Amino acid sequence: MFTPDADGDTTPVGGPDDDLIQLLTPDGERVHHESYSARVDHLDTEALQSLYRDMVMVRRFDTEATSLQRHGELGLWPPCLGQEAAQVGSGRALGVRDYVFPSYRELGVAWTRGVDLRKTLHLFRGEDHGGWDPAEHNFHLYTLVIGAHTLHATGYAMGIQRDGDVGTGNPDRDRAAVAYFGDGATAQGDVNEALTFAAVNDAPVVFFCQNNQWAISEPAQQQSRVPLFHRGRGFGVPSVRVDGNDVLASHAVMLEALERARSGGGPTFIEAVTYRMGAHTTSDDPTKYRTRAEEEMWRRRDPIDRLHALLVREGESEQFFTELEAETEQFGAEIREYCRAIAAPGTERMFEHVYASENPQVSADRAWLAEYEEGFATEEASA
Amino acid sequence: MSTTVESSTERITLGKAINLGLRRAMERDPKVMLMGEDIGPLGGVFRVTDGLQKDFGSERVVDTPLAESGIVGTAIGLAVAGYRPVCEIQFDGFIFPAFNQITTQLAKMHYRSRGAVHVPVVIRVPYGGGIGAVEHHSESPEVLFAHTPGLRVITPATPADAFTMIQQAIASPDPVLFFEPKARYWDKAEVDVSATDSAIGGGDGLNTARVARPGTDVTVVAYGPAVATALRAAAAAEADGISLEVIDLRAVSPIDFPTIAASVRRTGRLVVVHEAPTFLGAGGEIAARITEECFYHLEAPVLRVGGFHTPYPVSKIEEEYLPNLDRVLHAVDTVLSH
Ligand SMILES: Cc1ncc(C[n+]2csc(CCOP(=O)(O)OP(=O)(O)O)c2C)c(N)n1
Repeated sequence: MFTPDADGDTTPVGGPDDDLIQLLTPDGERVHHESYSARVDHLDTEALQSLYRDMVMVRRFDTEATSLQRHGELGLWPPCLGQEAAQVGSGRALGVRDYVFPSYRELGVAWTRGVDLRKTLHLFRGEDHGGWDPAEHNFHLYTLVIGAHTLHATGYAMGIQRDGDVGTGNPDRDRAAVAYFGDGATAQGDVNEALTFAAVNDAPVVFFCQNNQWAISEPAQQQSRVPLFHRGRGFGVPSVRVDGNDVLASHAVMLEALERARSGGGPTFIEAVTYRMGAHTTSDDPTKYRTRAEEEMWRRRDPIDRLHALLVREGESEQFFTELEAETEQFGAEIREYCRAIAAPGTERMFEHVYASENPQVSADRAWLAEYEEGFATEEASA
Repeated sequence: MSTTVESSTERITLGKAINLGLRRAMERDPKVMLMGEDIGPLGGVFRVTDGLQKDFGSERVVDTPLAESGIVGTAIGLAVAGYRPVCEIQFDGFIFPAFNQITTQLAKMHYRSRGAVHVPVVIRVPYGGGIGAVEHHSESPEVLFAHTPGLRVITPATPADAFTMIQQAIASPDPVLFFEPKARYWDKAEVDVSATDSAIGGGDGLNTARVARPGTDVTVVAYGPAVATALRAAAAAEADGISLEVIDLRAVSPIDFPTIAASVRRTGRLVVVHEAPTFLGAGGEIAARITEECFYHLEAPVLRVGGFHTPYPVSKIEEEYLPNLDRVLHAVDTVLSH
């Protein structure tokens, strides 16, 4: 089991973190890395502020949604609390033409794609099975069946390849596909088949695994005996392990992986080591399976605090933080208002889009229900 | 001193009844083992396996990797090695990664080996709607398995049945899909928890339907989550002077046609209720068979009340998708108007 030692530290799956790529320490100090520093060295205060704002806004949204669920406005919510750096860092590396296949807590990635986060509420309010148009921001609908979408991402990448949108050297043309999934997902057959297809086809796809340590109640050790990024290697896919609570490192490794994919170098597997600080979903009770001490240890590695520390270190003014605080307050109010205003769909919604063409079976059922409901209306009128 | 076994009843939920049934089966046979996602310290997302790992250890209550094909596939191997694995699939919508193992392997191994190989695997699946869940968490795929020869498909509707049927499923030499009506997990009733081994039998209890409520005017056949709906309809109909006989099928494969036919010969009318889509569903099979067998006794066509030919809708409108009280009564009125 995943028990912290005396210092509250934990050993990740498969051994110590020797390979972990880190560019920003938990204390907010920049560290040099031979291969990756160059990718983020140019980020100035403004760029860092912008990454910080992204993470803070995403966390605010997440906190608001969690509380909306508690107030009965949502049926369920899967918090991404603690995973903001992995998501924002990697998401900000994406180009507009790249296409993302998310799981179901990829709020930070959605934000970097420009998706109106409020649209993610529809699914969890039980009002829609999606909530946004995937084509609008190249951000696919959430996938709730674990790992299924890693195959979709791989297939999409094979499509890009066939379209000749890989390795042309034209930055406006070359593109890639990305699948986001969890540590537990790596045990699924689909994910392993996706890695096989991606590898043998040199498909321009990035597998971004957020190892948030838990698959509901099961620690990552119960899914794997090797570090998760070794999974990729087993398929012949270049693989890296990155500190997922380090927004700079997450950004840098994703930039590299996307560059490889777009230039025709094939797939990459990234394991972002992070932590799900909240519950798996609002239906889950983490006190049943993990310790306070472990949660405490990860709280000390909070991805937002870490960038905060760097900004302060670099002389960021209080004003920036106060203004941002005001902005999040405003954002919170908008989220609540939007959520409460989502109206329940009419029953006819049930029959829409079952097929893309006219279908007699659906039409008959739709007509039957309409007539049946009409009958009630008539009864009431005559009563 | 007298040694008569006192029958001891407890008022428990359907979920707890399955928990107790699993416990009894594990006590009875050391080869019984449980496997699934989050079934250990967490006790499953519905807490059906609560406390079992603590008492039987992690060798017998196994938290598996997140891989349904792996769960069922290894359960098959374990069964071949002489174990009696009981797999938990976390939600109905997540059984499909295991569909291949269930339908191409589990269902056929006994047949292919001409009886030489036994695969007494039980697969527990919380299923059905009514809990306001997001997509893939409310599905009714039972007929996909019932359509596959070699599998038994059963579903309890009451805590008492849940307690015995899970033990019968485990005792059965055949593979059993044990569908648990998740909306009824919290329903409470008296259960005789002293039921002896002989009451469990060798799994032959799995063929018999139960008359849940006797009646004379219309036979209503339901199973799993729909039984409670049918019973509420019967209570409502009674107020209007209509007597419904409610049959709880218990098994969707095989279906107990004799019990249904005997009832229909008396009532002359039949309504079948289930949550799964009516199109090519269990209701269609029952309607056809009963029409064949009871043609001269039927006063009206057999009607079906079930899901529409659409994927399970979003939870805000699932009440309109599910066969509710009004739709059952509407069908009853219709068959009576003939
Ligand atoms: C095929 C499938 N099996 C089971 C589930 C139920 N389930 C939902 S999330 C989850 C854990 C996922 O863990 P992980 O892949 O690590 O991702 P995380 O939620 O931690 O981000 C499980 C078992 C599912 N959604 N799909």
